[in-house]
Amino acid sequence: MSASTLERPATTSAHPAREGISTSRLIGVELQKMFDTRAGFWLIAGVAVLSTIATAATMVFGDRSSLQYGDFAQAVGIPTTVILPVLGALSVSSEWSQRTALSTFTMVPSRSRIVAAKFAAVVAVGLGSLVVALGAGALGNIVNGSIAGVTPVWDIDFTTLMQIVLADEIGMLMAFMFGALLRNSPAAIVSYFVYALVLPGVSSALADAQQWWADHAAWFDLRTATIPLYDDHMSSHDWAQLGVTTLIWLVIPLAIGVRLTLRSEVK
Amino acid sequence: MITIESLTKRYGSYLAVDDVTFTARTGRITGFLGPNGAGKSTTMRVMVGLTRPSSGSALIDGQLFADLPNPGLDVGVLLDASAQHAGRTGREVLTIAQRTMGLPRGRVDEMLSLVGLSVEESERRVRDYSLGMRQRLGIAAALIGDPRVLILDEPANGLDPAGIRWMRDMLRGYADRGGTVLLSSHLLHEIEVVADDIVVIGNGRIVASGTKEELLAAAGTLVRARDLDALSAALSAAGVSNTSTGDALRTDATPDVVGDVALRAGVALTELRAADGAGLEEMFLELTAASQRDPKGMAA
Repeated sequence: MSASTLERPATTSAHPAREGISTSRLIGVELQKMFDTRAGFWLIAGVAVLSTIATAATMVFGDRSSLQYGDFAQAVGIPTTVILPVLGALSVSSEWSQRTALSTFTMVPSRSRIVAAKFAAVVAVGLGSLVVALGAGALGNIVNGSIAGVTPVWDIDFTTLMQIVLADEIGMLMAFMFGALLRNSPAAIVSYFVYALVLPGVSSALADAQQWWADHAAWFDLRTATIPLYDDHMSSHDWAQLGVTTLIWLVIPLAIGVRLTLRSEVK
Repeated sequence: MITIESLTKRYGSYLAVDDVTFTARTGRITGFLGPNGAGKSTTMRVMVGLTRPSSGSALIDGQLFADLPNPGLDVGVLLDASAQHAGRTGREVLTIAQRTMGLPRGRVDEMLSLVGLSVEESERRVRDYSLGMRQRLGIAAALIGDPRVLILDEPANGLDPAGIRWMRDMLRGYADRGGTVLLSSHLLHEIEVVADDIVVIGNGRIVASGTKEELLAAAGTLVRARDLDALSAALSAAGVSNTSTGDALRTDATPDVVGDVALRAGVALTELRAADGAGLEEMFLELTAASQRDPKGMAA
């Protein structure tokens, strides 16, 4: 141990011009983190398997001569819209539930950049899975056409396709919102399933019982407001309802959740 | 170098860290010693920007941690080895760090062999790791960016004796090459064998700090006599403060001062020696006990 090692200048910035961490790198890492856990792997595998099953089941149980692309798209849409958002919730909540936030925010102290990268990764996964799911549906439509000896009918135009994409991304982001708002994986997943699976039933029961609810639900109920996205072209009335419910159920809670994520202490 | 200045962290009315000031110097290992709940982890979390201080500052080479463009390349941090995703393999944990910091892929395997995790172990999920393996993985993640400052919270927890020895040698070499190491522990022995400088914290306050030699020298004198009360009175009359440790007295004065006082008071001594044999342990227990309990209870 020489004296020189001990008597270095008090302040040495050995690397004054370090390069920062690029946003694209952060998004790449966040994508990796969504898939490299056991939960992530099985969720993705589940989506792939269920899409295939859904496509096959549509062919087996449907009336093959009259099946159209819309039937396949609807069938494969169920696994992607129900299962995949869980990944979106976990991408935020697991940082707290698994306590990885400690190392994540130590490597990247700017939490807003991490949250933005997660947001981008969740949107990208939503898009990617839709490509896969709609592709599986398209394949099913073509195979069905050749088996049944009919020309495949492509009854979904580009606008409707984009609407389906939007509807699915709303689902992904709802889950993301629950993850950021609750920062607890079981609570976020349960909340998402209540929203995705329980509330629609409650709403339609209410609509059956009360004409007023049936007429106005789309102003309060995000699921009701997103239903037209899957069907035809949206009227301006439909868009207004979607805008209002998205603001209430997605934008405002997401803003609160992001704020909490940025400020809450990591233990 | 890590510079902590007048750092205070308050949670409501609870003062977790109270006006803490110390420096971890370059090329040295600084041991941060204190009982559980003394404020070590909170201080360390403030250093790495996870917790906002109520007042005061913590700087790494004159910079706020959060202002470092790619902190992993400057500061290696291990705050809690258990805070890893149970469903990831050790290799995946390191790959995330390697990719985030923009390092070459080969660093992952280099680090695995450095900390002694085998290829087979690296492909197991962290869920199935022992605490010792998690510590090794955490140290690998801290070192992967080749930083010049290391901040390690209780890194020896869960390591077996061979692991503790390995870590001690690794940190020694790292500091000798000009690195700065701050490591915390609630176990005195761990700090005593590895640290050059020691900072002792109790109840959020720094109760002692200095080089290991200084702190050992400050351990004072141990003296025994058949008539302890008379000796204690004589020492107090001579202005030498002293504490009873049961069958002996301890004082900060040197043995020759104590001997003089005893001779003039005519008290026969049965033993008189420097109290360094007791090492830091006694000091640590005393300091932390004094800061944890009513100080009046400690006075003889």
